[in-house]
Amino acid sequence: MKKLLNLFWVFFKIGAFTFGGGYAMIPIIQKEVVENKKWVTDDDILNVIAIAESTPGPIAINSATFIGYKVAGVLGAACATLGVVIPSFVIITIIAFFLNKFSEYEAVQYAFYGIRAGVLALVIKALITMYKKMPKTAIAYGIAVFAFVASLVFDIINISIIYVILACAVIGLVSSLFKIKEVE
Amino acid sequence: MQFFELFYTFFYIGIVTFGGGYAMLPLIQSTVLEKGWMPHEQLVDFVAISESTPGPFAINIATYIGAERCGVLGSVCATLGVVMPSFIIILLVARVYEKFNSNRIVKGVMIGLKPAVIGLIASAVLTIGKTVLIPDVTTFMGVFSKDILSLELLCSLIIFALGLFLILKKKAHPILVIVISALLGILAGYFIL
Repeated sequence: MKKLLNLFWVFFKIGAFTFGGGYAMIPIIQKEVVENKKWVTDDDILNVIAIAESTPGPIAINSATFIGYKVAGVLGAACATLGVVIPSFVIITIIAFFLNKFSEYEAVQYAFYGIRAGVLALVIKALITMYKKMPKTAIAYGIAVFAFVASLVFDIINISIIYVILACAVIGLVSSLFKIKEVE
Repeated sequence: MQFFELFYTFFYIGIVTFGGGYAMLPLIQSTVLEKGWMPHEQLVDFVAISESTPGPFAINIATYIGAERCGVLGSVCATLGVVMPSFIIILLVARVYEKFNSNRIVKGVMIGLKPAVIGLIASAVLTIGKTVLIPDVTTFMGVFSKDILSLELLCSLIIFALGLFLILKKKAHPILVIVISALLGILAGYFIL
């Protein structure tokens, strides 16, 4: 029981104090659960990142569920996941409430006019960060360009971009099968 | 019914997006616009709020859209929806993760998905760029119309360029960029526009 509460609390802190989510959380998770609590090892953290990347869903949730499970089974996974979700949930619910009240003021509208231009810079930065992590192979560039063009076209002709994601998964799979054949 | 739609929509988004965070943005964007849940400007505004509040982007945006649609219960449904797929899949994978990570099919699929996410985010950035800089124009063809060169666009471009400089060259914190952009927006609003 104490372990469950501990898991909840550690991940609550991680959820409450990391900005940017996902990868920004990894160093803090490492400090809390490897160095302080000694629940898992550094190798486990590397595994967490690898698994979080190759399974769907937010990295933060994947890591919390995985570490919670390693430490205290399914209940542990539930406590850690709840812990990491609740701070966001509470903060955003409160903000959503106030945002509606304040959005009528002229100054707030002007502020958001400026913020939107700033956000454009932030999302470009996020794009560059993710691009740096992409493997720099011909096939990767090809898929990225395909996904970019296809999602724009699909948007215009009103087809869900899920098909773009599926197509890219299939292209990756097929290309890896051919590669393996070449080696063999 | 609305609650179920929120849960189902975010469950679906949770299942099909790999890489977390901004990787979800393209699908959330197209879903929200398609269903007419909120104007695109509001979604962009929320990206700023999510950058300045703690916690994972996916949870923040699910909670927000849920709350906007149908209050607290709505945010519970959307957040549960986006969390459940991860939770279930990780519990299944956690037992066999060594095999899972070295699995050929998983590796092959990831070869396709990693660059796909980059392409999808790039197109989301383009859509955001259009909404931010030329909000009144509905088609890309409109880029070539004359009255596009407004004072509003000029101010946006200056704030955008400054933000890009701060975040890329000065390694500024996103919150600082947002605060400065907000102040410049207010100044521009009262003294220029």
